[in-house]
Amino acid sequence: MDSGIVQTIYDLKVYLKGVFADNQPEITQNDTSFVAQKRAKAFESFIKTGFPHAALERWRGTDLSRALNHEYHALTLPPPADLDIDKIFKCDVPHFETLLVTQLNGWYADRNNLVQVFPNGLIICSLAAAFTKYPELIEAHYGKYADDNSEGLTALNTAMSQDGIFIYVPDNVTVEQNIQMVNITDFKNNLFLNTRNLVILGENSHLRLVQCDDSINHDVTFINTVTEVKIGRNSTLDHYKLQNKDDHTTLINSMFFHQDEGSSLSTNAISLNGGLIRNLSHVTMSGSHSNSEVYGLYLMDRYQHVDNQVFINHAAPECESRELFKGVLDDHASGVFNGHIKVHRDAQKTNAFQTNRNILLTDKASIDTKPFLEIYADDVKCSHGATIGQLDAEALFYIRSRGISESNAKILLMYAFAAEVINKISIPELRQRMDDMVKKRLRGELSQCEQCVLNCSTHEHQKVEFNIDLSKI
Amino acid sequence: MLSIRNLRVSIKGKEILKGINLEVQAGEVHAIMGPNGTGKSTLAYVIAGREGYDITEGEIIFKGRNIMDLSAEERACEGLFLGFQYPVEIPGVSITNFLRTAINEQRKYKGLDPVPATEFLARMEEKKKLLELQEKLASRSVNEGFSGGEKKKNEIFQMAMLEPSLAILDETDSGLDIDALRIVATGVNKLRRPDNATVVITHYQRLLEYIVPDVVHVLFDGRIVKSGGKELALQLEEKGYEWIRNES
Repeated sequence: MDSGIVQTIYDLKVYLKGVFADNQPEITQNDTSFVAQKRAKAFESFIKTGFPHAALERWRGTDLSRALNHEYHALTLPPPADLDIDKIFKCDVPHFETLLVTQLNGWYADRNNLVQVFPNGLIICSLAAAFTKYPELIEAHYGKYADDNSEGLTALNTAMSQDGIFIYVPDNVTVEQNIQMVNITDFKNNLFLNTRNLVILGENSHLRLVQCDDSINHDVTFINTVTEVKIGRNSTLDHYKLQNKDDHTTLINSMFFHQDEGSSLSTNAISLNGGLIRNLSHVTMSGSHSNSEVYGLYLMDRYQHVDNQVFINHAAPECESRELFKGVLDDHASGVFNGHIKVHRDAQKTNAFQTNRNILLTDKASIDTKPFLEIYADDVKCSHGATIGQLDAEALFYIRSRGISESNAKILLMYAFAAEVINKISIPELRQRMDDMVKKRLRGELSQCEQCVLNCSTHEHQKVEFNIDLSKI
Repeated sequence: MLSIRNLRVSIKGKEILKGINLEVQAGEVHAIMGPNGTGKSTLAYVIAGREGYDITEGEIIFKGRNIMDLSAEERACEGLFLGFQYPVEIPGVSITNFLRTAINEQRKYKGLDPVPATEFLARMEEKKKLLELQEKLASRSVNEGFSGGEKKKNEIFQMAMLEPSLAILDETDSGLDIDALRIVATGVNKLRRPDNATVVITHYQRLLEYIVPDVVHVLFDGRIVKSGGKELALQLEEKGYEWIRNES
């Protein structure tokens, strides 16, 4: 069944098939038999399913055909061991203390130090290294939460990804520092990347994780990232996804969260720039009394496209989920929001709330928003709401009547709109920085960063300043 | 201060204001009264520069300058202030920063440097005391989650901070309990100076027990049909708007 293939003169699927066949020794070099089996099955699945296309309901609003119609390189070998990652990337968010883990072109960047084990038992390492070093953890979790059967790109990732980041937080461990995962692409040619991460939290453990997607090269890049996250009983994860990519980048970011009883998840996707961004947040609440908060903010312009797919799977009783996604779309930018909430028959006393609000600044900008509630239990509280509007004329007049110019009044209103999501960020330094970046973005001063999503223009040692100071004092 | 001559305004072909004449001198307080739907709010909006109205005739002279071609923000910078009947909520933006931004933009318009932080904060403290405002109010987002009374007090607070030459207060008394009404009125009275003026738009006579106007106008069907001293308000209260309807 090849109907899923986007027909172009250049066939990416055929190319990837060739890469997969011709580079078996490299691709499978770190595989255990467990991983190799997964890989082979996933590749079959990808060949069957193919790339997504507009005839699929959940891809209706996002057209990948242009992104797929490029010649790409796939890298099957890691970067050299003498790589000095500090020369490529340095995060300089003021007072932002993080444990930095870097990926370069999909590979764990610190080649001389592939496995780090901390005194409290925290493990941060290369996923490829984890395959052989921690086979029990891998077999218990790897490929368990991501679904290779329904999504071609996820299957492709399982089939072709060779490395990524592996994080393990043992039971009863609170990781004090924020862990920052930075995914850098730096390559002289068009690049097709399949990056895979696995994050495991044991019981009663706590982690704050910041995932940044950055690019240095300005060639066409297709990034297909899959991250599986297991949140054990009574554990909490505070997760952020920050995206500020150039207009040539296609970023498919699929997150699969699996929550046990009494666990809490908060995840916030902030998309400031990017040619085409698709965020999938797939949350399964498999244990009762768990709680998930899924937030997102997108500010897009020019011909940029952003797609947020959220699937909240209420599989256990007495859980609560809250979704809030807000976006401002300017110029010809387009967006999609699909919010699917499924409440299983046994998931009684579920609370599930979903909100998606959009502002379209031009009549060429568009948003396709679709809530979808699938409820099989009878004792539930669920709500959804979607709004699409322009800046409120009365509010604009109110602000202008105080002497504030029309352009600043618009920025102020857009900022006020975005602030609700920014204020959900619980790491103060990160919130402050995102706040600054959103203001810059709204003022049209934020271009795609040269160095880092958190670091735009500051490499020139410019202080972020605003003529209008919107920060709270 | 303000001179409106034969102002005619339509919305979508329907004439709302049918030739308004109004003269307000520095140091005066004027009250504009009238039943609902007679054009009181339209008059306030048109003076403040809201877009979307067809001004078919007439002119508005403010401090000797025709302001018909000025934008809402330019009029504010010239010294006009409108207290809204329904103040707008701006979540995520504190009153402090909203006001600092507004004051600095007004100063920029006049070619002045931004207000120094200490001076600004001192002014805030002074005005908060004047209006008996709660300490925490200024750090809250503009009008977000405010009660009706808090919103109106916040309008007067903004007026106090911006120190306009002419303030137009549109139904500032509506939705206020007696305590809030007293605070709002006290604020207006305390801010009264020989070089500024206030136009109070109200439906009821009640507010005028606290803010004593020099001149009362009755707006009816898009025209000022009667003007007089403060006793006119009492007459209106006694006889009702029917009296005007029968007379006009």
